Amino acid sequence: MKSLKELNPGEKAVIKSISGEGAVKRRLMDMGVTRGAEILVRKVAPLGDPIEVNIRGYELTLRKAEADNILVE
Amino acid sequence: MHYKFALVGNPNCGKTTMFNEITGSTQYVGNWPGVTIEKKEGKAKKFKEDIKIIDLPGIYSLSPYSMEEIIARDYILDEKPDVLINIIDATNIERNLYLTTQVIELGIPVVVALNMMDAVEAKGDQIDIRALEKAFGVPIIGTSANKGKGINELLHKALEVAESSALTHGTSACKFYDEQIEKCIGEIENTIVPSLTVKAQNPRWTALKLLEGDEKAKEKLNVSAKVLDQIKVYQEKLEKVYDNDMETIIADNRYRFISKSISKAVKKKSAGGELTVSDKIDKVVTHRILAIPLFLAVMLGIFQITFGAIGSFTIDWVDVLINETIAGTVSGWLEVSGAAPWLHDLVVNGIIGGMGSMLVFVPQIMILFFFLAILEDSGYMSRAAFVMDRLLRKLGLSGKSFIPMLMGFGCSVPAIMSARTLENEKDRRLTIILTLFMSCGAKLPVYALFVSAFFAKDQAWVVFSIYVLGIIVAVFSGVILKKTVLKGETAPFVMELPPYRIPTFKGLSIHMLDRGKDFVKKAGTIIFAAAVVIWFAQSFSFSLQMVEDPGNSIMGTFGKIIAPFFAPLGFGDWKSSVALLTGFVAKEVVVATLGILHGLGEVGEDTASLAATLQTSFTPLKAYAFMAFTLLYMPCVAAFGTIKREMNSWKWTLFTVGYQTGVAWIVAFIIYQGGRLLGFN
Repeated sequence: MKSLKELNPGEKAVIKSISGEGAVKRRLMDMGVTRGAEILVRKVAPLGDPIEVNIRGYELTLRKAEADNILVE
Repeated sequence: MHYKFALVGNPNCGKTTMFNEITGSTQYVGNWPGVTIEKKEGKAKKFKEDIKIIDLPGIYSLSPYSMEEIIARDYILDEKPDVLINIIDATNIERNLYLTTQVIELGIPVVVALNMMDAVEAKGDQIDIRALEKAFGVPIIGTSANKGKGINELLHKALEVAESSALTHGTSACKFYDEQIEKCIGEIENTIVPSLTVKAQNPRWTALKLLEGDEKAKEKLNVSAKVLDQIKVYQEKLEKVYDNDMETIIADNRYRFISKSISKAVKKKSAGGELTVSDKIDKVVTHRILAIPLFLAVMLGIFQITFGAIGSFTIDWVDVLINETIAGTVSGWLEVSGAAPWLHDLVVNGIIGGMGSMLVFVPQIMILFFFLAILEDSGYMSRAAFVMDRLLRKLGLSGKSFIPMLMGFGCSVPAIMSARTLENEKDRRLTIILTLFMSCGAKLPVYALFVSAFFAKDQAWVVFSIYVLGIIVAVFSGVILKKTVLKGETAPFVMELPPYRIPTFKGLSIHMLDRGKDFVKKAGTIIFAAAVVIWFAQSFSFSLQMVEDPGNSIMGTFGKIIAPFFAPLGFGDWKSSVALLTGFVAKEVVVATLGILHGLGEVGEDTASLAATLQTSFTPLKAYAFMAFTLLYMPCVAAFGTIKREMNSWKWTLFTVGYQTGVAWIVAFIIYQGGRLLGFN
């Protein structure tokens, strides 16, 4: 198990859990980042952060700090 | 019959297009009370029944974390629209249905518009609408708002639902959760909810919110500690079973239900994997090397059109129309009728001039918003935020703040308005404050005058250094304000990158006209009133005599009183302080006032004689401090009115103006006193 931040562009994984709490976690879940969902890292922004992922059939961007809270496998 | 339908849906689901199609020209843009989020209302134009349509803010969820979510939820619960029309992007059905599960639970009749069906068909995918209706227990209508398809059918369905629910008051009996959770919800609904002091209008929803631990709902229901303890038993039980916290369990369950439902109802032609048009565009737009140059090119292009040849042409045109054609005609009438000089001056310079000082901004605002709407509707805006985020985060801002800041170099008025593209209120405030430190075009004549008088050899470099000074002050202000008055949790940067779409001309035009109208109606009244007051203070003395020399006017007298305040900055003479005061009208007026006060009359293009005169009262160091002060101090009246409109708060408007002037004083002080210590003159 590792964090979403450690995945390279093009790598796919399944979400295991989201740590943290409050607005950020809730927002992630509302956007479909929940346990069991498949997530594909698309690319990293030109300046190295944030990242773009594909989840539940759409494109989502989040910062590496937030990606670090998402455990995948 | 009167009906109220509310539109609710995710951002980028085509809700605005749908709203425009339904309401046409009947729409009215206002604000939700107490916040700067837009509220749009209109009437269903093709129906004989009186149907009011309310466009709720675009949201992903009804969880009470963002302002938009709270507004939408409170509106639905408190105002009770007859029907909720939930608009869904059919090409992104899974995530869009998440909001649907929450909307259905509110207990108000729901009709779902499965929008963008044309795009689904174009892809060759199939959606079994009947199967979805069965799974979610609400009527679903396929629509393509951009082509006007399915909208009549949707409204007829909503009307039918509104009429029948008035009789049956039917709420959806849909159950989205696992058996264990449903059992807990049922028990709370039957045993705890009836015992609450505040009567719950929708017991099932109330039970669910209590179980979920929703803070806002608890607050509203005024839940006692005893009830919370009872709820806690259920929460702990479920948290143990699922090995997770309650909020997560509920969200997980909703998505699980959705995945299950759409796996049966949605047939995708391709498994995905091949590149869509969107992906191809994205390859270039967010390319590792190309992205930033492309972004800068787009920004500079918009800047050039808004403030360059086309923009200034429109300004000149409005200026001639008002200040020459209209003012000339009215002036002629007044002369013929023998009006008193003060009345003549009031009408021509006060009222018509005041209108002019507001209306010259309208074309630029419309041009800028036309382009911003293209960026927004095409999907480029969120890519821009994606590309620029890292850079601006250091200032506590998001990627989208770049646009207002850049436009600030043209004119603060449209720049401040463009801060609307930021979702978060705090980010918007900070962006507006920092945008004002970008040196606007109207300040250039002031610099031009002073550099020609004192820095003849290095004119360009000195002006450039002033621009850089503005940026440096903005960077420091960003860091400081974010740690003090605008402290607080930063909004999470978790953002959808919607597929690229071609904006419709109709949508762009409506957006552009809305902005123009809004500026004239909301900011315009303040600007106009202030312009008339300033005209009065500039043209009359305290004994209410009209004066030729602005030094004797009310404003001039005031300027003389505050002159010592500028002495530590190097320009304590009253002429400078009066000139700075009149800069409130518009920054370029500073030059004109200096000309008049130094006995040279109105200074036109040729500023050489004024420059020579200034050399007797200023030194290069004083001149530089004066330029720095002009760069940073309070904005002109038009910007002031716009700040008030956009911040929607007198407190914040006055803070902004006070902060700017304070910073201007400190920076000019450091430049002048520091310069003297270092031996400059």
